[in-house]
Amino acid sequence: MTDRLPGFSTLAVHAGAQPDPTTGARVTPIYQTTSFVFNDADHAASLFGLQAFGNIYTRIGNPTNAVLEERVAALEGGTAGLAVASGHAAQVVVLQQLLRPGDEFIAARKLYGGSINQFTHAFKSFGWNVVWADPDDIGSFERAVTPHTKAIFIESIANPGGSITDIEAISAVARKAAVPLIADNTLATPYLIRPIDHGADIVVHSLTKFLAGHGNSIGGIIVDAGTFDWSRDNKYPMLSEPRPEYHGIKLHETFGNFAFAIACRVLGLRDLGPALSPFNAFLILTGIETLPLRMQRHCENAKAIAEYLSGHSAVTSVSYAGLPSDKYNNLARKYSPKGAGAVFTFSLRGGYDAGVNLVSNLKLFSHLANVGDTRSLVIHPASTTHSQLDDAAKVKSGAAPDVVRLSIGIEDKEDLVADLEQALGA
Amino acid sequence: MNHDAYPDNYIRGILNGVKSIAMVGASPVNVRPSYFAFKYLAQRGYDMIPVNPGHVGKLLLGKPFVASLLDIDRPIDMVEIFRNSSHIMPVVDEALRLSLLPKVIWMQLGARDDDAAAKAEAAGLKVVMNRCPKIEYGRLSSEISWMGVNSRTLSSKRAPLPTQGMRLSLDRTSVGGGETAASDRAAKNKSELS
Repeated sequence: MTDRLPGFSTLAVHAGAQPDPTTGARVTPIYQTTSFVFNDADHAASLFGLQAFGNIYTRIGNPTNAVLEERVAALEGGTAGLAVASGHAAQVVVLQQLLRPGDEFIAARKLYGGSINQFTHAFKSFGWNVVWADPDDIGSFERAVTPHTKAIFIESIANPGGSITDIEAISAVARKAAVPLIADNTLATPYLIRPIDHGADIVVHSLTKFLAGHGNSIGGIIVDAGTFDWSRDNKYPMLSEPRPEYHGIKLHETFGNFAFAIACRVLGLRDLGPALSPFNAFLILTGIETLPLRMQRHCENAKAIAEYLSGHSAVTSVSYAGLPSDKYNNLARKYSPKGAGAVFTFSLRGGYDAGVNLVSNLKLFSHLANVGDTRSLVIHPASTTHSQLDDAAKVKSGAAPDVVRLSIGIEDKEDLVADLEQALGA
Repeated sequence: MNHDAYPDNYIRGILNGVKSIAMVGASPVNVRPSYFAFKYLAQRGYDMIPVNPGHVGKLLLGKPFVASLLDIDRPIDMVEIFRNSSHIMPVVDEALRLSLLPKVIWMQLGARDDDAAAKAEAAGLKVVMNRCPKIEYGRLSSEISWMGVNSRTLSSKRAPLPTQGMRLSLDRTSVGGGETAASDRAAKNKSELS
C-alpha cells in the first residue's frame, strides 16, 4: 500500500504550507526578517557547515520563500526548488553551477528577448559561450555539441511566438551528450506542461508571469528534477568535487537527488546574492493557489482571440499552437493538451507602422513589457523587447517588424474581441 | 514490502520506534555524509553507535567506535548500513547472528541489496533500502522544507510545538504530498545500470 498522490490543484493550494506551529496562522506568514537566532554555538556551526536544516540569513533562505520553493517543486514533480529575485537571476545561478569560463551551452534560438541578450552579452563577459540551435531542427542541437558543452537550454512554450518545443527529442540529445537539459517553463507553467516528465533535468521560471499571475511581483525559481548524475565524470566540479567554501564537502554525494538545488543555494544564491523578498514570495504564493483556474481561463480566452484574429482582414497570420492549422498544433496536442498557453503573436498587413498604431489604439489591452497577467497585454516586440536585435535576428526569434505579441488575460473574451475590433479598424 | 515506494507511515513508524542505531561505515571525517547523518540523528535523541573497524580506539561525537555489530554491549534497534550495495550482505548476516535481533535493517541512499533484504525480512526484521534516515526524518517532520526540498507531505493540522530549540516532531499529521516520479525513475535506472 503506497500513499495516495494528491492532484495538481490540491498541490497548488497546499504544497509546502502548513499551519504555523506556534501561532496557528493558516496562511503562510511573511517572515520579513533578515536573520534567525541560533539555539547555541553548535547549532550555528551545524547550520553553517550544512550539517543541519535551518535558517541563517534571508539571502540564503527564508521560511516564506521556502514554502514557495516547495510548492513549485511539488507542482513540477521535482525534488527541490530555490526561489531567487527574478527569472534572469535563476538563469545566472543555474549556469554558474554548470559552466567554467571557456565552456559552452546550447540554447534554442526562440527565446524571450531578454534571455537572448543575457546569453549573448552578459554571459559572454563571464566566458560562458552560447551556441544557438533551431528548436524546429533537432539535428541543429546534435551538431552544436562539442567537448565544451555543459548544458542545453530551451523554453517549453517559446516566447514570443508561443511555439511548442519538442522537449523529448531535445532531451534525447542532452542524454547522449551527457549534459543536463534546462527548460524555462514560464509560459506553460506546470499546469500545462511539466518538462521533467518529458526529460528535463532542471526547470527555471520567471515567477513574475503566470505563476504569480497578477503582475505585482518580480521573482524567479529553479527546480531540481533530481534526475542528473553529477558525479558520472568530473564535468561538474561544483557538484562532484570537494568544495573549499565548505571545508571539502562534495555536494552531490552529500545531498543526493536534490544536490543541484542545494548547490544553487549555497554556492549561487549565497555568493551572487539575488535573494527574493519574502513579501514577493507571499504574493506569488497567493497567486499560485489559483493557477489551475486562471490557466484554464487564460487558455480559453487565448484560443477565442486567436480564432477571431485568424478571420480578420488586417491580419496576415496568427501564430498560436492551439489553432488546428498551426504548424505546432501536433506538438501542442502532445505536450500541452489542456491548452496552448495565452501568449502568442500575429502579423499585420500594414507592417511595422500598423503594429505601432494598434498598440496605441487599444483601450483594454495594456501596452507594456510583461506577460502572464490577469490583465490582457500587448506589445510590439520589434520596437521594444527585441529592439536590440538586428533585423535578421528579430525574424529568427519570431519578432519580425510586422509582429504583435498578445498576452491574453482573464477578462470576458467578448470585451477583448471588441477592443481589438475597434483598434484594428481605427 | 514494496521497496520502490515506502508509505510515509512505514518510515515514520520505524523512526518513531527505534531508540538505538548502529551505523556501519560511520566516518569520523566531518564532511562525510555518514558523519552528517550520525550527528543529525544523535541530536534527535537516538543512541548512536559508530561501527567501523578502521577507527577502533577513536570517538565519534563522544561515542567509541566498535569494529563489528557483535562488539556492541547493548541491544540495538536498528542497523544502518553506510556501505555500497556490494557490501550489504555480510553486514546483514552479522546482524542476524546477534543474540537479540535488531528490529530494522536500513540501507543508505544509493544502497540496495534485494537478496539481503529478503533474508532479513524472512527473519522478521523490517527493511528500508536506498533512503537516508536524516532526509526521511527531515521530510516527515517537514524540517527539510526549510531548504526548499519537496517533502512530499501535505497537512492542514498544526504541527506539534518544536522541542529543544527548533527540533520538529515526527508526530505530524500528513498525507502523501505528490510524487517526484522522474527522480525515482532515474534512481531505478541507475541501480539497474550498476
